[in-house]
Amino acid sequence: MRKLCDTLRTAMEKAGLQNGMTISFHHHLRNGDYVLNMVLETAAQMGLRDLTVNASSVFDCHAPLVDHIQNGVVTGLEANYISSAVGRAVSEGVLAKPVIFRSHGTRPSDILSGRSHIDVAFVAAPTSDPMGNCSGKYGPSACGSLGYAFADAQRADKVIVVTDNLVDYPLTDASITEDFVDFVVKVDAIGDPRGIVSGTTRMPKDPIALKIADYAAQAIDASGLLRDGFSFQTGAGGASLAVADYVKRMMLERKIQGSFALGGITGYMVDMLEAGCFKAIQDVQCFDLRAVQSIRENPNHMEITAAQYASPTAKSTAASNLDVVVLGATQIDTDFNVNVHTDSNGYIIGGSGGHTDVAEEAKLTVIVAPLSRARMSIVVDKVLTVSTPGKSVDLLVTQYGIAVNPARPELAEALKAARLPVKDIQELRQMAVAINGPAVPRLQLTDRVVGQVLGRDSRVQDVIYAVK
Amino acid sequence: MRRSMLFIPSNNPNMIVNGGVLGADSLIFDLEDAVSPDEKDAARDLLQHALEAVDFGKCEIIVRINGLDTPYWEEDLRAILPMKPDAVMPPKVCDAAYIQTLDEKLTELETEFSLEQGRTKIIALLETAVGVENAYAVAAASPRMAALFLGAEDLTADLRCQRTKEGGEIQYARGRVVCGARAAGIEAYDTPFTDVQDLEGLERDASYAKSLGFTGKACISPAHVSTVNRIFSPSQADIAYAKDVFAAIAEAKRQGKGAIALRGKMIDAPIVQRARLVLEAASEIEGVDYLA
Repeated sequence: MRKLCDTLRTAMEKAGLQNGMTISFHHHLRNGDYVLNMVLETAAQMGLRDLTVNASSVFDCHAPLVDHIQNGVVTGLEANYISSAVGRAVSEGVLAKPVIFRSHGTRPSDILSGRSHIDVAFVAAPTSDPMGNCSGKYGPSACGSLGYAFADAQRADKVIVVTDNLVDYPLTDASITEDFVDFVVKVDAIGDPRGIVSGTTRMPKDPIALKIADYAAQAIDASGLLRDGFSFQTGAGGASLAVADYVKRMMLERKIQGSFALGGITGYMVDMLEAGCFKAIQDVQCFDLRAVQSIRENPNHMEITAAQYASPTAKSTAASNLDVVVLGATQIDTDFNVNVHTDSNGYIIGGSGGHTDVAEEAKLTVIVAPLSRARMSIVVDKVLTVSTPGKSVDLLVTQYGIAVNPARPELAEALKAARLPVKDIQELRQMAVAINGPAVPRLQLTDRVVGQVLGRDSRVQDVIYAVK
Repeated sequence: MRRSMLFIPSNNPNMIVNGGVLGADSLIFDLEDAVSPDEKDAARDLLQHALEAVDFGKCEIIVRINGLDTPYWEEDLRAILPMKPDAVMPPKVCDAAYIQTLDEKLTELETEFSLEQGRTKIIALLETAVGVENAYAVAAASPRMAALFLGAEDLTADLRCQRTKEGGEIQYARGRVVCGARAAGIEAYDTPFTDVQDLEGLERDASYAKSLGFTGKACISPAHVSTVNRIFSPSQADIAYAKDVFAAIAEAKRQGKGAIALRGKMIDAPIVQRARLVLEAASEIEGVDYLA
């Protein structure tokens, strides 16, 4: 059986791609991805129309998607995260149908249950053999884990692997295996390595981020969860990464042997693994070259699928075993609801990713955020979009103090006993207003819905309106 | 309580607005070296409004003004004094006359702005060879004098020697500044440690300064504040010993004894005074009254 096709077009024709179908993509090549644009360009040349793109995330490198929407090649979009280039066009109403936003856990849940059907999945693979055994760990475009692509490969009607590093059969250390793959295409390049992973993830020097991180680490300690067997997830953003540094110091000083680190993985988490802070890393996505090297070389650095990471319908997940997660916020309101979808002008600038999943699952969910950014209050009366419901959030840590969700009175007591600056979230809100002044309502939204944010139960949790 | 004094550039709104949450006991808003000559006006305006509008919590407010040999210092004072800073910090103080000139100007402006006479204290920055040599005269030059502060970067340039992390080149200056300040009954503050990343070096440098008698240390990075605060706070052992001193005094009084011994050593007036200072500091840091 020959799966290898000479051109992408041939593979797409053999896969039977037709008008009105749903095609899917993973985002492991992040802002360096060529494959989504390549496929849509080919679809346009083939005269295809009315396609729905289901991508785990859409980055600014995918700006040509807007043209394909405008010329009718694409009429539907589903994603867990859409950054501002495409997000702005969506907010301005470029699509007739609302975008469907899911979380990183809900997407594979819906795909595997059949609720979200995929006709043709495109798997960008940094290395593949001619039968489709493929991996993200090797090759010039190596991205590490391929965690987000598994559900697509398992349940799509047809699966096309697109690679720029074709190796002899069999690829022995494959992530997605040939039994799921229909066609393989070799192209010159699947992405720009500079956009796929950053060279190094730097620890922030901003004193405010460090102050917030210091408080957050002390709060984690005060919660009682920082003990042998500790499991931890943190983002790659400034304050989140700094929390990891403070937690690492405490773990080493007190010889605490944690269980696992989870999530999108940076070199910093690799350092913690190698320093003995954790027995394992469960990696759904690599953020930098050090993480890619580690997942390739260290058997305790495991690749996991998005479903294994955080699917709400899986029998168990890494997220459901998680003690502490540290997350960011674009806005957080006095009910602890977090917005990571829209900016203060109502434009789409992101999405849940795994935020909603791990916030709900972890024993302790810590939101780290400055009280204001560029004179915009981060703590608001009501978030513009509910990305993660307030019931999933335990702590908000700002440089001015820590607010504890009133549903966790015992946590508030533990933090007070540790002499941490516990404040009512209303008080933080008032401080933000005192510093920045009351926001002048300039936001202008229409009543047309351009986005539906699905909750972890796959029902509509909130909607995003078009900007005037 | 002034263990840590954190420099904040007066032309950086983000740093200014967050100054109160960085953990420092005192904030030194800098109008001098951190601000280029063409930004002096803007920084002065920004700082004036910030001091009026921003809540800095319990932090002591110090403003480093431009030197008396520049055209800026009088305008600095005119803009800042109505905002009632706790102290001003003049740079490159060379002798008592410098302080007396500043004192007269402060008195004049306090009258003009209907402020309490003498409310504005002075923390003199000694950063030249002549300034260090005149440490005691400067410290005793005015009732406004609250502290001497050693600035080692400019000093080593004046001494024509290399500034090192070990600090052998400022050994004499450190001793002279502490001695001059203590002789005049005021506080002494040590020069900042300038390698922001080297927290171990900071720990050694600050511990050494404390051992020489400095009250606290300036910081050029918020990352240094918690280390400096910890080192210049009384240790649990210090607090326990100070409590024992007062307990022994109370017990001796109860028994009607004159001479008091603790752990085989006589308790004399300097020991009692030191124990009192330790408990006063600990009370302020921990919010508990150890002397009650």
